[in-house]
Amino acid sequence: MKLAYYPGCTLKNHAKNFEDSALCAMEALGVTVEELDRWNCCGTVFSLATDDLIHHLAPVRNLIRVKEAGADGMLTLCAMCFNTIKRSNERMKSSPEDLAVINEFMYREQVEYGGDVSVYHLLELLRDELTFEKVAAAVKKSLGGMKVASYYGCYLVRPTEIGIDDVENPVVLDDLMTALGAEAIDFPLKTECCAAYQTVDNPEIVADRTYQIVSNALDQGAEVMVVSCPLCAFNLDHRQKLTAEKHTDFRHIPVLYFTQLMALALGCKEESLKLDLHYVDPKPLLEKKRLIQP
Amino acid sequence: MGPFVAKVQELSGQNLLACYQCGKCSAGCPVVSQMDILPNQIIRFAQLGLEDDLLESKAIWVCASCMTCNVRCPKGINIAEIIEALRQILLRRRADHVDVKELTGAERSEVPPIALISSLRKFTS
Repeated sequence: MKLAYYPGCTLKNHAKNFEDSALCAMEALGVTVEELDRWNCCGTVFSLATDDLIHHLAPVRNLIRVKEAGADGMLTLCAMCFNTIKRSNERMKSSPEDLAVINEFMYREQVEYGGDVSVYHLLELLRDELTFEKVAAAVKKSLGGMKVASYYGCYLVRPTEIGIDDVENPVVLDDLMTALGAEAIDFPLKTECCAAYQTVDNPEIVADRTYQIVSNALDQGAEVMVVSCPLCAFNLDHRQKLTAEKHTDFRHIPVLYFTQLMALALGCKEESLKLDLHYVDPKPLLEKKRLIQP
Repeated sequence: MGPFVAKVQELSGQNLLACYQCGKCSAGCPVVSQMDILPNQIIRFAQLGLEDDLLESKAIWVCASCMTCNVRCPKGINIAEIIEALRQILLRRRADHVDVKELTGAERSEVPPIALISSLRKFTS
């Protein structure tokens, strides 16, 4: 299986810390992936209306790009891209009529899409192909029992048909963190939505969600949270400013991408973590744990 | 069945009458505290064809399509799709919920691209 890497828009700017740390960690594990020459925004959300075919064009175009690259699998990092493209792909596979309409609409494309590309999230690749045992064996600097709360949010696990783990009790991130030498902290709100794009026109809702989710992780003893979605990252990290203004007893916590802790444990340089892109500075904690130099 | 109920069923692909009002969707909804009509009530209102109440509700814009209700419904009803259908009925009349021109430059550049794109995809036509 040849995989083509699809980064998506946000990993090239606000979430550059996600991309750089992931690429460095993958290299340390001997996983080489090539970014698609051409790609476009996936549309970020899967269209739920039965007759709204136009919004499946963007995902399908990217799947065509994978075929053009001579690959049969697409590797994603962003949970929203993963969810949107995988769901569109499933619809195309299960509905030849819809696929025919879309191929006809894009008749100038060189390749006609046949529903024959598989969409993967990096976590699946690490768990199922590489295995966490091999990840553990590649650790150069153990996370030393750091208490990590893994936040799954929505897009990795719902709906059930495309989720990469148990819909109510996912453990894939926890197992990865354990392999890196961290203590995985379970917390009840690990799959509860952060209110997502409400952050644009109704950030107050997000502040309430962040208050609940972060406090719940802290109450279970977490020192840091990890995520796989740049929108969750923004809401749980950057919206802590508004959350603290709204809730006077709010306690802050650093929020990292799971790949940043992978990169640290696998011996990548601190530069690949781009720690200046965070609202809550993770450096004091990482220094205290002797994972980075002061 | 009136045209509104038929349209909701058509756009959502769901059978509204399958719901037996167990309330599990509302019990698990993470933003239910912000809703004026709860998810199980939305289905009941839709069964009864209460078009104005539903289209004027705040709840349909509070839903973030997190799919928690969908995966928990014992009857396999996709509630998020029903709420999407209600938003779509308004959006197809150009009744946008978000006006990008009202966002300040700072508000636009502060949030990541996926936030803006998803907001505009969900809340504008």
